[in-house]
Amino acid sequence: MNESAATITKPTPLLIELRGVTKIYGSGAAAMSALRGIDLHIDQGDFVAIMGPSGSGKSTCMNILGCLDTPTDGDFFFEGVEVGRMNRDKRALLRRHYLGFVFQGYNLLNRTSALENVELPLIYRGVPRAARRARAQAALAAVGLAGWENHTPGELSGGQQQRVAIARAIVTEPRVLLADEPTGNLDTARSREVMELITTFNREHDLTVLMVTHEPEMAAYAKRQVHFLDGLIVPGPNQGGDA
Amino acid sequence: MLWETVQLAQREIRRNVLRSSLTILGIVIGVAAVIALVTLGRGATLQVTEQIASLGSNLLQVRPGQGFHGPGGASASADPFRSEDAEALSREIPGIRAVAPVTSRSTQAIYGNLNWSTSVTGSTNDYLTARDWPLQSGRSFSDSELRAGSAVCLLGATVKKELFGNMDPLGASIRLEKLSCQVVGVLQAKGQSSFGSDQDDFILIPLRTMQRRIAGNNDVSSIFISARDRATIDKTKEDINKLLRERRHITAGQEDNFNVRDMQEIMATLTGTTKILTTLLGAVAAVSLLVGGIGIMNIMLVSVTERTREIGIRLAIGALGSEVLLQFLVEAVVLSTFGGVVGIILGLSGAALAARALAMPFVLSPQIVVVAFLFSAAVGVIFGYFPARQAARLDPIEALRHE
Repeated sequence: MNESAATITKPTPLLIELRGVTKIYGSGAAAMSALRGIDLHIDQGDFVAIMGPSGSGKSTCMNILGCLDTPTDGDFFFEGVEVGRMNRDKRALLRRHYLGFVFQGYNLLNRTSALENVELPLIYRGVPRAARRARAQAALAAVGLAGWENHTPGELSGGQQQRVAIARAIVTEPRVLLADEPTGNLDTARSREVMELITTFNREHDLTVLMVTHEPEMAAYAKRQVHFLDGLIVPGPNQGGDA
Repeated sequence: MLWETVQLAQREIRRNVLRSSLTILGIVIGVAAVIALVTLGRGATLQVTEQIASLGSNLLQVRPGQGFHGPGGASASADPFRSEDAEALSREIPGIRAVAPVTSRSTQAIYGNLNWSTSVTGSTNDYLTARDWPLQSGRSFSDSELRAGSAVCLLGATVKKELFGNMDPLGASIRLEKLSCQVVGVLQAKGQSSFGSDQDDFILIPLRTMQRRIAGNNDVSSIFISARDRATIDKTKEDINKLLRERRHITAGQEDNFNVRDMQEIMATLTGTTKILTTLLGAVAAVSLLVGGIGIMNIMLVSVTERTREIGIRLAIGALGSEVLLQFLVEAVVLSTFGGVVGIILGLSGAALAARALAMPFVLSPQIVVVAFLFSAAVGVIFGYFPARQAARLDPIEALRHE
């Protein structure tokens, strides 16, 4: 997409900025505060591990960063543009053009071949069939699944499925990869493969990565860690606060 | 993009062939019923129309007696007509093309050792004019034959076939009761009348021959009149009425003792009945289309629920709500139009078989096929919209969490 941004390595321009972001679910007496004022800066090319116990607000924050949800209050700038108050369709277009998603449960279309799964985001971008096919094949090759194009998710191992999901996320050359516990369903060996793959894309393609994880071993692949607790960003347990 | 969506829809539909087939069954039955009924209805209408044409153009029939099919039927007391009545009509009424006084009775026609039960009609050449009935071979009666009451006859196609087979009857003599008469012409085949009788089972002889040699009186049992112009036929009927009342000495206030029937009017009533029946049956069939549509809506709702996760994935990677809506709408429309096409094929084949069984014409109407197709597509749009909107409005976060 943005070739110049991909080649710049020295300066690290600000890509994402959260300012005083809050999220309240429900209203009145039943209101529940999931985020209680988050400030977060993420530079182009960063690799951030988002950690914290269940209910700490990290998933909510991830949903807002992924433009799947909107903040109740506060500002969310993406490349300097306020996107937190965009309507549903504009956020969908933002996801389509700038974001890639990897989920814990892979979330591939069943009964649909690996190749077609990877082609899916390109269909919504209106890429013509032949180009789509070529790019999807290249993405599958990049995650080490050349030759597995016609297998359906049911015929692939968990690690392979997650690699298909990564191929689907990066086939559009997004600015940000949002990974929600990408290794949560995998054994250690597969987890490492997946993490190494993500690290490679981060380093070689200057892909900004935001990853939620429980496992310190996986978080260690990131350039830095952000810890959530009770809806706030707190200094990490084993290092100084760096957020 | 739309073509991609159609292909995707086809794939989704093929994934569950049994369910898809059952879903479209309602549409198939509805469309097939509409198509079959309308096609058969058109065939019936065409049949009646053809029969109207075979009667003769602008044909009026005058009979003695009050009203036809009135209480007690044609009253026996009403005097028959005379040849002079017919002559007066043709002389004094301007709107008339041909007037044919007619007397008929059933009789045996004998040729050699062959014997055929038929009806013999005494009239003039005007009878053929009034009924638009051309000769196939030979000639019609000459003026002198008509005046003298000569023993000559014209044969209908059925009589010719029964008595002569493939032989040429011209010049041969057949026997009608005690009268031996010479065949001078053969009429073209006219086919069945609307009342199911064979119009070609018929022999025509000069009226005078009929009166003198067979009936033994000077009565004319009815008069066939061909009006010159359909538009002024009511005026012509009025004129006929007036003249005949005068000639039959009916004073003002007294009821007619004869009646004038407009054959085409009777036929038009029959056609109207056929059309009303077709419309009613079509409406019943349309209800089954509605039921079919509800079936599609039901299954699409189930499908949206089952595929919540898929919808979540699509929304997460950047599909617009409208694109998801289109996807499900297209799926519903592909389902329903497929049902429509199957229904059209079944309906037309059913109508063709039924038309053959009922000896009716099969009229393929392209409009009704197009209308049925569009209607089934519309059913898909209308009943697919609600489930599709449900899908489009899903929250991607919730949808991704759905098991």
